[in-house]
Amino acid sequence: MATVGETQRTLYPYVTGSSVVAIKYKDGILMAADMGGSYGSTLRYKSVERIKPIGKHSLLGASGEISDFQEILRYLDELILYDNMWDDGNSLGPKEVHNYLTRVMYNRRNKFNPLWNALVLGGVKNGEKYLGMVNMIGINFEDNHVATGLGNHLARPILREEWHESLTFEEGVKLLEKCMRVLLYRDRSAVNKIQISKITEEGATLFPPFSLKTYWEFSAFKNPTVGAEGSW
Amino acid sequence: MTKQHANWSPYDNNGGSCVAIAGADYCVIAADTRMSTGYNILTRDYSKISQLTDKSVMASSGFQADVKALQKVLSARHLIYQHQHNKQMSCPAMAQLLSNTLYYKRFFPYYAFNVLGGLDNEGKGCVFTYDAVGSYERVGYSAQGSGSTLIMPFLDNQLKSPSPLLLPAKDAVTPLSETEAVDLVKTVFASATERDIYTGDKLEIVILNASGIRREYMDLRRD
Repeated sequence: MATVGETQRTLYPYVTGSSVVAIKYKDGILMAADMGGSYGSTLRYKSVERIKPIGKHSLLGASGEISDFQEILRYLDELILYDNMWDDGNSLGPKEVHNYLTRVMYNRRNKFNPLWNALVLGGVKNGEKYLGMVNMIGINFEDNHVATGLGNHLARPILREEWHESLTFEEGVKLLEKCMRVLLYRDRSAVNKIQISKITEEGATLFPPFSLKTYWEFSAFKNPTVGAEGSW
Repeated sequence: MTKQHANWSPYDNNGGSCVAIAGADYCVIAADTRMSTGYNILTRDYSKISQLTDKSVMASSGFQADVKALQKVLSARHLIYQHQHNKQMSCPAMAQLLSNTLYYKRFFPYYAFNVLGGLDNEGKGCVFTYDAVGSYERVGYSAQGSGSTLIMPFLDNQLKSPSPLLLPAKDAVTPLSETEAVDLVKTVFASATERDIYTGDKLEIVILNASGIRREYMDLRRD
């Protein structure tokens, strides 16, 4: 870290979470993330909840530095508390929370002291579904399906092929499991303990963690360099 | 002990191209809707166009977070102007405001490449083109962004701009009709999409004229 006398700021992350994948489906948003917290190349923590409900209408999933995610949750706690204290029947929806997060991330980036996260914010309010993403330099957008980190490389192409407007809950879960399985095979910081959450008009549900079935008997895995010595 | 440098950059380029063409009594502003980072596409449906006043529309490409912040700053300043002057800002006034706003961050710039299009006080089309730190110029047409190097020479060829060396300065506003200008914009983006990896997916066109504002969309290649 920087020496005493200079302003301390983030230079690199320490405990990190890997990808988050989320999709819009018929009734709302489905979000999936594994429960791993890596300390460099060690899979140090295996029960990290990286998806949390925010207020009545939103779910927040985070990848990147876990301590920064916990700090963001503290900011959002305060935001939601003040919102409730107005006691005016109105409550912050996913669009508002996403905008707030974007401003926080952008402002930290302006001070060269980023919150080292890529955040996925999904929710439903008054029947309108919303799914957005914001990363540590403030880039933000919304779409029908989003992913962070390696999920952009591995999950988004699957979602582009197979996502459609009227996915049922079961179809959505199957689709997310497909994405998480690919990430499990190919992302070295993934752990086989997945949490799926959904949010609908009725509210948020965090399902208990589960493991995906994997198959390691593919012949290509047995003799990977056959026919191409020196390759992986 | 040497000062530790951040090994991350506060900037990124999210790509995309923007074009604006001024006509005798209209202005066409267009941009693609692709948002990328590195070799990835983040989303195919992101608008780079922002309507600042009834008569000015800005299209910006570059680093999306800075573009968003810039749009917010300008619309907040415009709101204050409206409260103080009881009228909307004219397009040349907005052009100056944009320039000042960009220069304000001269030593930590908004990584945004802008074209501002609209109707001036006489109802004629006007286009202003900017660099990232606010140097600007009123022109008859302009292109900015990742495809600008592909688009600008083609616009020079088609819009037959008179030489800037001629005196008195001749107006570069195109004699093309509104429909011809919109067609030109569509052609230009279809070509830029072929060769620029950051341009594509969908084209958003905004047309400003005396009767108000109109939007058109066109699909572009998604590869």
